[in-house]
Amino acid sequence: MLPELHLPWMEISVLITLLGSIWLKFTPDRDRAYQRCLRICTLTLLVTICGWIDFISLKSFEASEPFSLFSQLFNKKLFVVDDLSAPLLPLAALLYLLTVLSTLKTKGHSFSFSNTLISEAILLSTLSSKETWIIILLLSAATIPPLLEFRSNKRSSRVYVLHMGLFIILLVAGGLLSSFKDHNDTISLIAGALLTTAALLRNGIIPLHCWMTDLFEKITFGTALLFVTPMTGAYAILRLVFPIAPDWALQGIAIVSLITAVYAAGMALVQQEARRFFCYLFLSHSSLVLVGLEMATPLGLTGGLCVWISVGISLAGFALTLRSVEARTGRISLKTYHGLYEHTPTLAGLFLVTGLASIGFPGTLGFIGTELLIEGVIEVYPLVGTAVVIATALNSIAILQVYFRVFTGTHHAASISLRARIPEHVAILILVALVIGGGLFPQPGVISRNHAANQLIQLRDEAFQKRKSSADSRISVNKNQMNQSIIP
Amino acid sequence: MNSEIVFHFLGVCIVAGPALLLALLGTTSLINKPLGERLIAKATQTVVMMGLFAAIAVLVLMLASGKRYVPVEMGNWVVLPAQHFHFHLKFIFDRLSIPFCILSFILCGTIGAFASRYLHRESGFNRFFICYSLFLLGMIVSSLAGTIETLFFGWELVGLASALLVAFFHERINPVRNGLRIWSIYRIADAAFLVAAIMLHHLTGAGDFAELMGTGSWPDGQATISEQHALFIGLLLLFAAAGKSALVPFSGWLPRAMEGPTPSSAVFYGSLSVHLGAYLLLRVSPILELSPLLSLAVILLGLVSAIFGTLVARVQTDIKSALAFASLTQVGIIVVEIGCGLRYIALIHIIGHACLRTFQLLRAPSLFHDYHSLENAIGAHLTQKPSLWVRIMPERYRVSLYRFELERGYLDMLCNRLIVTPFVGLFRYCDSLESRWTNLISGEERRESEPITPASDSLEEI
Repeated sequence: MLPELHLPWMEISVLITLLGSIWLKFTPDRDRAYQRCLRICTLTLLVTICGWIDFISLKSFEASEPFSLFSQLFNKKLFVVDDLSAPLLPLAALLYLLTVLSTLKTKGHSFSFSNTLISEAILLSTLSSKETWIIILLLSAATIPPLLEFRSNKRSSRVYVLHMGLFIILLVAGGLLSSFKDHNDTISLIAGALLTTAALLRNGIIPLHCWMTDLFEKITFGTALLFVTPMTGAYAILRLVFPIAPDWALQGIAIVSLITAVYAAGMALVQQEARRFFCYLFLSHSSLVLVGLEMATPLGLTGGLCVWISVGISLAGFALTLRSVEARTGRISLKTYHGLYEHTPTLAGLFLVTGLASIGFPGTLGFIGTELLIEGVIEVYPLVGTAVVIATALNSIAILQVYFRVFTGTHHAASISLRARIPEHVAILILVALVIGGGLFPQPGVISRNHAANQLIQLRDEAFQKRKSSADSRISVNKNQMNQSIIP
Repeated sequence: MNSEIVFHFLGVCIVAGPALLLALLGTTSLINKPLGERLIAKATQTVVMMGLFAAIAVLVLMLASGKRYVPVEMGNWVVLPAQHFHFHLKFIFDRLSIPFCILSFILCGTIGAFASRYLHRESGFNRFFICYSLFLLGMIVSSLAGTIETLFFGWELVGLASALLVAFFHERINPVRNGLRIWSIYRIADAAFLVAAIMLHHLTGAGDFAELMGTGSWPDGQATISEQHALFIGLLLLFAAAGKSALVPFSGWLPRAMEGPTPSSAVFYGSLSVHLGAYLLLRVSPILELSPLLSLAVILLGLVSAIFGTLVARVQTDIKSALAFASLTQVGIIVVEIGCGLRYIALIHIIGHACLRTFQLLRAPSLFHDYHSLENAIGAHLTQKPSLWVRIMPERYRVSLYRFELERGYLDMLCNRLIVTPFVGLFRYCDSLESRWTNLISGEERRESEPITPASDSLEEI
């Protein structure tokens, strides 16, 4: 019997965002919609934080929601929070809040607040679900809001549709195969392979990553950012693939992820436009997260989970800075120097702090996570593990290169003040506090992720033991049947 | 009072001072309320004096008590007992760290006082001191690090501060390009350091220098790893040290670093930062001793760097570059000394050279005024006798050598041709392939963002 939270926090947060979305649909005034969206996102964040605190107080690996409306409707425990998802939920809610908070009025007409809240509801539901089919359904549904934006912007969505269509087909096929009651090892392997390919595709593994660059180019930065930064592909791998895939398969995924990490880091260095640069930078980091997750060792997995949180916060902050700069100057070319430091010193500071945090610079949130990740990888593959270090080094060069291109190199003559607005300042300070605070006091975070990693590995081992014992019993039954048929 | 408590208190004072300065300057800048010039100068002076006196007090206490090794435990920053992972924060005071720490405080204090006047009313005054405090913290942490992870921590802070200070004059492209170049080299060297640190951690089960280098205090420690491991890890550390100390083939960044303000050039690239690689080699010298091949590699690299530095320094047309290469010569000699096992001589050489070079670089701008005054007074240019080389070497060789020296050994060009251009070319090719692929699928001729123009909804347009 699962322990229960004191209130159905996740359900409340999902309902708040869904009802909020309907409310905003009927709010034609953009300023009012912005204010309302901000309040809804803040409330959602508070509810998810309460849920996290409630979960911590239970001191349990997982907990379900009490008096749940959805559970009564579907006669199943839909929302289950565990060590893995508990901090991811406030993180996701924070990303949405900061994105809305830093949306300038000039971007209000192209960024849909209502759709944003729907996607937040889908994301929160995904991250608090463990049921295979619900995850598949929600991951598929999450692809729709960006598609609607492609359509409303009258941009070609073929690349996106092709990749996401394939993603959904693979997910459903994998889900179907894995749901067969008496499946043998081959079917299980095929199901795992299909689910893995789907999750890797969603994560943007090479050569199936082009949808991501296309997405960043053709829809609003905010929507693209919120679609990729929560790393639901990694979540799908942990929930759907990790418990069933054998070690060699996980290590295969890790190698593919490592290649993507290095490739994307190299590509980030040669990009000539800021959005594409960010896309590759993110791709490299999210692949590094996968490398850690697929190590299937406590150290590697802990490193992967820590980097997941740090990359989620730091790269989201990094992207929000780019977005704020873009809102002032338009699309940012990296072919020339822009010299914006003089006008936007705080944005420049945030750009540097979050960028450095993402590469695991000492004293920032990512430092210990990256150390753990590298140590975990080197433990399994001593030589290949150095590729992680190379990817990190390339990323750090790319980040400083773009910092210099955007904020220095020339004198920018502006006709109006480009300084950060108060909401942007608030967002900046929250992010810096998280990045530096988490960097200086990393122990609680690391312990929490280590606990989650140990539990995930334990569950995986139990699943393997169960499968092994059922296979053994099947073999013994077959042997008995054969013996009976041989003996007259 | 227990002597351990006194040492602990003083140790905390030494490290906490620069950290507090960084926190103060960083926080006030982030909330957009930077401190005034006078307050910044005062805060810097206070922190440096506090750290310097605390370091001297530690030295006096050590001399009085006859202790040669004083560890100051800060506890575990992060610990995962089940996985035997711990990030241990420990600072050590020994015959290597104390002189380096005092040297850092003295030189940084001098430069802090100099810079508060030199950069008076400069728009980046606050930014300079943020980088300065970052650098000071990095130097102190590196000097006193008791574990290889802590040394890496400080090492990275120094690298970032250096790159940002080279690019200090933001409104010009050259300083920024040079800053990026330096950052790139540092990061590649840091990658080698990180791999070496983790390998060492694996081999010995701890990153603690006391464990890595045996029981004896510096310089008497004896490393416990095998010769092959020592060679592999030592080469990685030598690579890292070469990057940080601008040894051949990384020497190209040293004259580029002079693009920053004179105070930073003096203290960072002329004296402290440039010796950090040599300091690393001194710290891990018990590993060098395990492998004769490794020691030979260290000597050869030092020798080549010293000869290269002295040749190139002679033909530089600006004083900062000439001094930069002169520094390289001395650092090369220091590395040779380390390779030969002359650790005390190397340490004394570092201290002497750092002080001399700092004052030389600070004196450089005013030297020209004096030079011109002198020439005006005598009414003619000062004469120079041709050197011995000029007299004995055939002109053909002299011209070739001059060209080689003027082009700084073609090292930058080689680096660009052999590494940067193929690397960038490969990824640009991949980028164009991706572009063609997405165009094919989406049925469009080009990327949306290629012809970049300001968006119609940008603030400036409105």
